[in-house]
Amino acid sequence: MVQVLLTGSMRALAGGQEVVELEASTFKEVMDGLRAAHPALAPVIDRGVSLAVDGLIYRNSWFTEVKPDSEVVVMPYMKGG
Amino acid sequence: MNFISKTKADFKVVGTRVPRPDGVDKVTGRAMYGADITVPSMLTGLVLRSPHAHATIDKIDASKALALPGVKAVVTSADLGVPEDDYLRDVQDNCLARGKVLYHGHAVAGVAAIDMATAKAALKLIEVSYTPLPHVTDVDAAMAEGAPVVQEGRADESVPEGSHPNVTTLQEFGHGDLDAGFAKADKIISRSFKTAATHQGYIEPHACLASVGTDGKADLWCCTQGQFFVREMCAAMMGMAASQLRVTASEIGGGFGGKTTVFIEPVALALSRKSGRPVKIVMTREEVFRATGPTCSSSIDVKIGMTNDGRITAADAQLRYQGGAFPCETVGMGAQSAFAAYDLDAVRTQGWNVLTNRPKEAAYRAPGAPMAIFAVESVVDELCQELSLDPLQVRLINAADAGTKSSYGPTFDQIGLKATLQAAVEHEHYRAPLGENQGRGISCGFWFNFGGNTCVSLNLNSDGTVGITEGNPDIGGSRASISMMAAEELGIPYEKVRTIVADTNSLGHNDVTDGSRVTFAVGLATIEAARDAIRVMCERAAKVWGIDPDAVIWEDGCAKPSGHNAGAFDPMSIEEIAASASDTGGPIAGHYEVNAEGAGVSFGVHIADLEVDPETGHTKVLRYTVFQDAGKAVHPDYVEGQMQGGAVQGIGWALNEEYIYGEDGRLENAGFLDYRVPVASDLPSIDTVILEIPNPGHPYGVRGVGETPIVPPLAALANAASRAIGVRMSELPMSPPKLLAAITAKG
Repeated sequence: MVQVLLTGSMRALAGGQEVVELEASTFKEVMDGLRAAHPALAPVIDRGVSLAVDGLIYRNSWFTEVKPDSEVVVMPYMKGG
Repeated sequence: MNFISKTKADFKVVGTRVPRPDGVDKVTGRAMYGADITVPSMLTGLVLRSPHAHATIDKIDASKALALPGVKAVVTSADLGVPEDDYLRDVQDNCLARGKVLYHGHAVAGVAAIDMATAKAALKLIEVSYTPLPHVTDVDAAMAEGAPVVQEGRADESVPEGSHPNVTTLQEFGHGDLDAGFAKADKIISRSFKTAATHQGYIEPHACLASVGTDGKADLWCCTQGQFFVREMCAAMMGMAASQLRVTASEIGGGFGGKTTVFIEPVALALSRKSGRPVKIVMTREEVFRATGPTCSSSIDVKIGMTNDGRITAADAQLRYQGGAFPCETVGMGAQSAFAAYDLDAVRTQGWNVLTNRPKEAAYRAPGAPMAIFAVESVVDELCQELSLDPLQVRLINAADAGTKSSYGPTFDQIGLKATLQAAVEHEHYRAPLGENQGRGISCGFWFNFGGNTCVSLNLNSDGTVGITEGNPDIGGSRASISMMAAEELGIPYEKVRTIVADTNSLGHNDVTDGSRVTFAVGLATIEAARDAIRVMCERAAKVWGIDPDAVIWEDGCAKPSGHNAGAFDPMSIEEIAASASDTGGPIAGHYEVNAEGAGVSFGVHIADLEVDPETGHTKVLRYTVFQDAGKAVHPDYVEGQMQGGAVQGIGWALNEEYIYGEDGRLENAGFLDYRVPVASDLPSIDTVILEIPNPGHPYGVRGVGETPIVPPLAALANAASRAIGVRMSELPMSPPKLLAAITAKG
C-alpha cells in the first residue's frame, strides 16, 4: 500500500481525508486509484496534476515508480514562465 | 536519484565563458525576428479590438469592409469552431471573442488586406453592435457581493458554495496545527498587501506570418517560446491535422513567459485560409499591453508568529489573485511558493483566483511566486525589526533544508538555501555602512523548476564537426549551453558544434521553453544524445581495428583501445571516424527523447540597498547583490545575465511598473512612456554570486536558474524602503507618490 498525501483543497473532495491508502506502484496507478476511491477527484485529475515522489515533482509520467515507502504528494499541475 | 557523472575538476568546456553564438547576428541586425519574415503576395493582417471593458457582441457586419478594394478577408470567432476543451476554448476565445468582449482591447475580428493603409481603413468599416455591461478590474471588488459577473459557471469543484461567480478556484496547502503554533509565538504580525499587474515587457512585439495552401497544408512563422505548443493550439482551432501545420519559431526578442501562448497566430491562419494568401500580423506596442498577458495582480493577507529568539511558530496566508477574464491557476503556485523557504511545523496557504475584466494572464517568470513571497518576506522582516533580530540570521534559523517537509507538501531533497544564505551573511555587502534615508532589505526567493518533454538530434558532419537540432526557442542562451555540453561530452572544442532550433516537423514534441527547464532538460538530452553517438563511433573504431566494441573507450574526442587484449592501435579521432563513416556503416548520429524529471527546486537570496528622497519619494537603488545556486553554471555569463535580468524585472515590479485602469475599465498606460520599466541608467550594476551545489538529477549537476531571480526583489526593495523611511510599505509598486504619502502620513 502507498500512502498518498492530498493537498488541502483536494481533501474536501476526498471526504476530508488527508492521506489516502492505495495499491499502486506507478504514477498512473496512483491516479487511477484516486479516481476509483474518490470520484469527486476525477475532474481535478483530468485537468492535470503533478505528483511529488520522494521530493521530486513529476508532471506527466505514468510509469514513474512509486514504492510502498515513497512519500507521494498530489499537487496541482505546474507551469512556468 | 543521483547520476552526476562529472565533477568540477573534470570540466573543460562547461563553466567557461565562450562567445555567444547569437551575438553577431543580434548586434548587426542579421537575426530574423518574428516581424522580419516576408513572402511573396503577403497580405497585412490587423485585429479589431473591443472599445468596451465588458459588453455583449450583438452583431458583427463586415460587408462594408469586404467591399473596400484591397480587402481580401475578414474573420471572427464564427470562422473557428467551438472547442469542447475548456482550456483550448479559453485560449481561442481570447484570440477572437465569442459572444462577449471581456476586456478593453479584446480581439473581435481580423482583417487581411493588400497593405497597411487598406487594412486600417477596413478595420473602421467593420460594424460591431455592442451592449455594454458593468465591469470590474480590482481583485477584491470582483469577489464582493454584487460585483459584475465576468463569466458564469467557471468555478471548479474546489470553490465553496456561496462564493461569488467570479471566484474560479480555491487551492489550499499546508500542515500542522496553526492555533497551537500561534499560541507559542511571542510576537504575531498580520498585514495585508497588494501588488499590481505587471507586463513581461519583452522588447519584441508578437508577430507571425501564416500561409495556408489550397491543399490544406500550412506554414506558420512566429516569435514564440514554444512552436510545438503553437502547433497544438492552432491545429486544434483550425481543425487541421498536426502533420499539416509546420510551425517555425523565429529568433525571439524576449518572452519571460509571455510567449507561451497564442494571440494572433490563429487569426493569421484563419485569414490566410479564407483569403488564399499568406498573412502577416505584427502587434503594436499598445496591442501588446492591452491584449497580451500581464501577470496577475494580487491582494494578500499574511500572519506569522515568531518567538523572541527568531523561530517561526506558525504561518498563514490568504492569497487572492486576478488573472483577467478567464480562469487561471497561477494563484496555486503562489500559495505553494509563499513559505517554501521555511521549515515550519504549522503552515497554511489558501489561494483564490478571481475573474476580472482584464486581459488573460500569461505566465511571467516564476508565475505567482513573486507577489506571495513579497508578502511573506515583508512580514518576516517586520518581525525581525520588532524583535531586534538580524534578518539573515532569522532566515538561517528557519531555513528549509534536506529533510524539511515543505509548506506545499513534499519533503525536500538536497537544496542550496542554507548555503546561499550563508554566502549572503559572509558577503561584504551585508556589512557595508548605510547613509541617511537609506535602507537595506533582504529576501529569499524560490521556484520549482521543471524538466519535461524534450528531443535532441546530434549529427556528426563529414568533417568531424557536430550539428545539434533541438526544439526549444533560445530565450536565455540555451544554444550556447547546449553546444558546450555536447562539446564537453564529445571531448571536442565548442567551436566545432552548432546548435539550431528546429521547426515542428524536424523533431518529436518538445515542451515550451518555460519553467527554467531548457538548460536542464535539453542539456540532459544533449548529453545522452552525445553518448549515443559516442557508442556508435566506438563501434565503428572497433570494426576498423577488428576488436570488441567493449574494448574501446572515448576520451578527448578520440576512440581509444582499452584493456590488455585490445591491441596497440593509435587513437582514432572524431574527424577520422567522420571521414570514413560512409565506409564503416553510414551516417553517424545520436538521439535522445525524454520526459525529463529531477529538475530540482531553486532558491536565491537578494540584498538591496535603497535610498528614498524624503522630499519627493524618488528612489535610487544604490547597490544590489544576487546569491543563487545554479547547480553547475554551464556558461557563467548567461547565468549572471539571468540573475541580473530577473533582479531588474523584479526591481521594476517593486518600484514603478503597474497596469493602471480608469473608472471606465480602460488601461491608461499602454506604452513604455507611461509604463515605466527600469533602464540601465536607473540602476547600479547588479552583483552576482553563483553557488554551485550540484543537482543530483542532472549528469553535470545543472539546475534551472531563469525564474528564481525575479522572486526576491519585490520584498528586498520593500524591506529596504520600509527601513529607510520607517514605515512598512505594503503596496506595490512603491512609486514616488506612494512613498511620499507614507512619509507624509508618518509625520
